[in-house]
Amino acid sequence: MAEQPGDSGSLNIYVRRRERESITTAPNRSPDDQQPAWREDFPIDWPQDQYVERRDFMKFLVLTSAALTVGQVWIIGQNWLRRRRGLPEVRRVASLSEIPTGASLVFQYPGELDNCVLIRLSERDLVAYSQKCTHLSCAVIPEPGQGVLRCPCHDGYFDLRSGDPKAGPPRRPLPRITLDVRGQDIYATGVEMRTT
Amino acid sequence: MATVRPFSRDQRTTIIYGMLAFVIVIVVLQLWLLTATMNAYLGGDQRVIVPAALVSAVGCALNVGLLGYVRRMERVSRE
Repeated sequence: MAEQPGDSGSLNIYVRRRERESITTAPNRSPDDQQPAWREDFPIDWPQDQYVERRDFMKFLVLTSAALTVGQVWIIGQNWLRRRRGLPEVRRVASLSEIPTGASLVFQYPGELDNCVLIRLSERDLVAYSQKCTHLSCAVIPEPGQGVLRCPCHDGYFDLRSGDPKAGPPRRPLPRITLDVRGQDIYATGVEMRTT
Repeated sequence: MATVRPFSRDQRTTIIYGMLAFVIVIVVLQLWLLTATMNAYLGGDQRVIVPAALVSAVGCALNVGLLGYVRRMERVSRE
């Protein structure tokens, strides 16, 4: 209970005194009689407003922190699902006669929606990569003449021989599709994901 | 019996500022951790996923603890 004006005759030590800093002051720190008239219409308790704003911002940040932790748990779940799926099956992609030197071929591996690109660099030299750019998943286009795979969305470049990023926004290499040549047939045997 | 003296509003505002500094640092760390873990996951590196989640959970627990302290502080001030 706040001390009332006029009670000063008998000072009651058990009555909680009002803290000086909890008395509302206008932002310009002038006394009440020097405040503009409009201030009476907007009697905002600025120190209290500031306190509540910071406290609510802290609550929002704690909620953000919880959301980020949920994101980490989601990654654990996705990783568990990926491990459960196991290794992809070996699948025939094409025959050597279908792809001349310097040419490329789009195929799907390991899923029906996972586009990959097979490039024949020389007579016995074949490479295959996932066609999804590691930046924002646009389809990369092989340019054997320049020795690169180009992502047209943001001008990202990958090395044709290694799949490593050469220029532009991508930071991770393209997932490499491991290949096996059996006679005249080319088989995809797995996906090699890399961070560097 | 010890008497709990409530903090004044100015003191509570100062405490909130200090806590905010901690919480912001932890949230930025968690954000960096999430992007690094996602990068590792997409690159097929599984080693960092569980440790990163544990560190993030500890950060979240610290933040929740600090928020709990604010609630207790306000309850004492109201009484």
